[in-house]
Amino acid sequence: MQNGLQPTARVYMDANATTPLLPEVVEAMHPYWMEFFGNASSIHLDGQRARTAVDHAREVLAELFQCHEAEVVFNSGGTEGDNTALVGLLRRGDHLITTSIEHSAVLQTAHRLADRGVEVTFVDPLPSGLMDPATIRQAIRPHTRLISVMLANNETGVLQPVEEIGRIAAEAGAFFHIDAVQGAGKVPLDVRRIGCHLLSISAHKMHGPKGVGAMFVRRGTPVESLLVGGSHERRRRAGTENVPGIVGLGKAAELAMRSLEDGAWDRVAALRDRLETGLLRLHGTGLNGTGGDGKPVARAANTTNLWFDQVEGEALVIALDLKGVAVSGGSACHSGATEPSHVLLAMGLDKTRARASLRFSLLKTATDADVDHVLRVVPEAVEKLRAVSPVAAGTLG
Amino acid sequence: MTERETIAVAMSGGVDSSTAAAMLAHAGETVVGLTLQLWDQTRLAGKHGIPDAPKAGRCCSLDDVYDARRVAHQLGIPYYVVNQEARFEQDVVRPFVSEYLAGRTPIPCSLCNNHLKFDQLLQTARSIGASRIATGHYAINEYDEERGRWILKRPADLAKDQTYFLFGLTQAQLAHTLFPLGRLTKPEVREEARRHGLALAEKPDSQEICFIPGGDYKQFLTAYLEEQGETMPETDGELVTSTGEVLGRHEGVSNFTVGQRKGLGVASPTPLYVLQIDSASHRVTVGADAELATKTLRADRLNWISLAGLERPMRVKVKIRHRHEPAWATLEPDSRPDAATATFDEPQRAVTPGQSAVFYDGDEVVGGGWIV
Repeated sequence: MQNGLQPTARVYMDANATTPLLPEVVEAMHPYWMEFFGNASSIHLDGQRARTAVDHAREVLAELFQCHEAEVVFNSGGTEGDNTALVGLLRRGDHLITTSIEHSAVLQTAHRLADRGVEVTFVDPLPSGLMDPATIRQAIRPHTRLISVMLANNETGVLQPVEEIGRIAAEAGAFFHIDAVQGAGKVPLDVRRIGCHLLSISAHKMHGPKGVGAMFVRRGTPVESLLVGGSHERRRRAGTENVPGIVGLGKAAELAMRSLEDGAWDRVAALRDRLETGLLRLHGTGLNGTGGDGKPVARAANTTNLWFDQVEGEALVIALDLKGVAVSGGSACHSGATEPSHVLLAMGLDKTRARASLRFSLLKTATDADVDHVLRVVPEAVEKLRAVSPVAAGTLG
Repeated sequence: MTERETIAVAMSGGVDSSTAAAMLAHAGETVVGLTLQLWDQTRLAGKHGIPDAPKAGRCCSLDDVYDARRVAHQLGIPYYVVNQEARFEQDVVRPFVSEYLAGRTPIPCSLCNNHLKFDQLLQTARSIGASRIATGHYAINEYDEERGRWILKRPADLAKDQTYFLFGLTQAQLAHTLFPLGRLTKPEVREEARRHGLALAEKPDSQEICFIPGGDYKQFLTAYLEEQGETMPETDGELVTSTGEVLGRHEGVSNFTVGQRKGLGVASPTPLYVLQIDSASHRVTVGADAELATKTLRADRLNWISLAGLERPMRVKVKIRHRHEPAWATLEPDSRPDAATATFDEPQRAVTPGQSAVFYDGDEVVGGGWIV
């Protein structure tokens, strides 16, 4: 950057968008670019090298999911997993239950299926951002074939009651898919206990590479592959295996499981809480995703979502970026401009408050110094914004 | 480096604003690029004959955002897209629609400049720590010590003069606005773009109103009102001559604009033109070309630039539409401070309510307002 606007020290608090690879992950992937470049389907030794690496990663993923190795399917990431679950299971006349706070990989796929004759029910969350299992139960119909719910919400971090929803799905005889893209690596997974048939994850949200992910597909689940071609992944996903990516995902999953045991997330939660408490000291600020008691509901350790009265979140994101702090507000629309978060709107926030909201999502590697920096920069930026922008006093929708 | 020096450049993805950004960045200024996302080009696509795929050269098309982003990246400046769709609809599209339905011919670009672009851009700039904005408009903006005012002047390239659309800029806005292209001609701007290695140096200029793909106002009105669940108001009425003779009926005042010749739906041995549209009675008056000429006009919602206000009559040249050659007139104060009357030396053809009248003293913009 030749214009000197980008300070050298940057604090990245947008881990729910993506995370950097950990050095161990880069190291694990390294031999598979040039040295062990074989095609995992080839008969020869070069192919076998690649196959061994893929199989090893599969074992790690089976441990992460608590499933059998044969139930792990590698793919290109969360969007493909979500698409596969919905498109691969639902036919005209089937009924799908999902929530209005899902990622667009589920929401937009559901809309497309609705155009093609699948009946879709979008269930709204409680104002806390939590799904009430009773509302899912009420949505059940005789022809309900699939229930798809996320594990952790990307905007609020709120953890959904997937075990209860799993029991409801079992009673109704419906398949159950979990979008665990934000939850995986942050909370322990156990597909048997949850009782799901399908579960999707993405590598890059847990310090793995972009463009690779995995799916748990319970044995006997009649989900059709989106991609047709070779007999890769036991005919469940055609296309030459992304060997370096899969190796990276395996290493990232291994490190994620270690973090779940060594207290890394307790440390992150403490940092997040200190950040949150510090920001809530500003006047005209509040937390999105609290229960009736005003306390936050159970959520991922790294995420907090706050509103800043009389602030345009989009401008605050830019102002903070120019001060070296990366956070996010709402979701980017086609052009890259910000739309108010559909999650916050579904929780009942009005548009002005949704637009005044920011998400801080900490990396597993976040430090005290990061939090100190953000606590210094945000109050200044908020004050400045309030001084110059009347925010049209809520007149704009 | 203090924040005071940061300049936010409005980047549309076109040659002009890209070159403005390049010139400032290469002059060593601290620059941030901003694109205002004003209208979702896919919103009404495919409805009532509106083209399906928006083509480049219109603000907010994805290609243009891509181009702007690429230029910013090349210049090494931070770049952001700012969502102003709600304000644009409220302050520009809605007024445009209601003006049109009332039989007037609005200029959305002036509405946008007056109510959104500069106002909002300055606000966004300030909130992100920039104190001034720059745009790729062809105009000159200078502070005059003697008068203690910011003066807006016609640019070096009179063929590209955009002061007609900028008459609404307040002194406070002008004080924080830069027009880096004001002293260059269009060919010189393209040359500058090439010199800075901008890939879009040869990109064609955009001409249309940004939110009306294909430039068909009626298509847009129909599709927009349908989307809003509103019906086109019934504004059919009589088609009359200036002497009151009824020639027939028409299907709605929004089909007409003053000076229009085609599509009147009546046969006549001599060409007929729309002279007047009465939005109350829905009566459209037509007549011969000679009858189109008007000696006086009244404008309101005035903004003064080179003067604090008009106290006595003043000789000015008045421009009454974008492609009009400014004509000599005497401007006189009105009983209302935000209105004035101009009496032309020579009658002017098709003075159109809803368009703006901008007053010039030599190269300087004295002020301007909306023709009533």
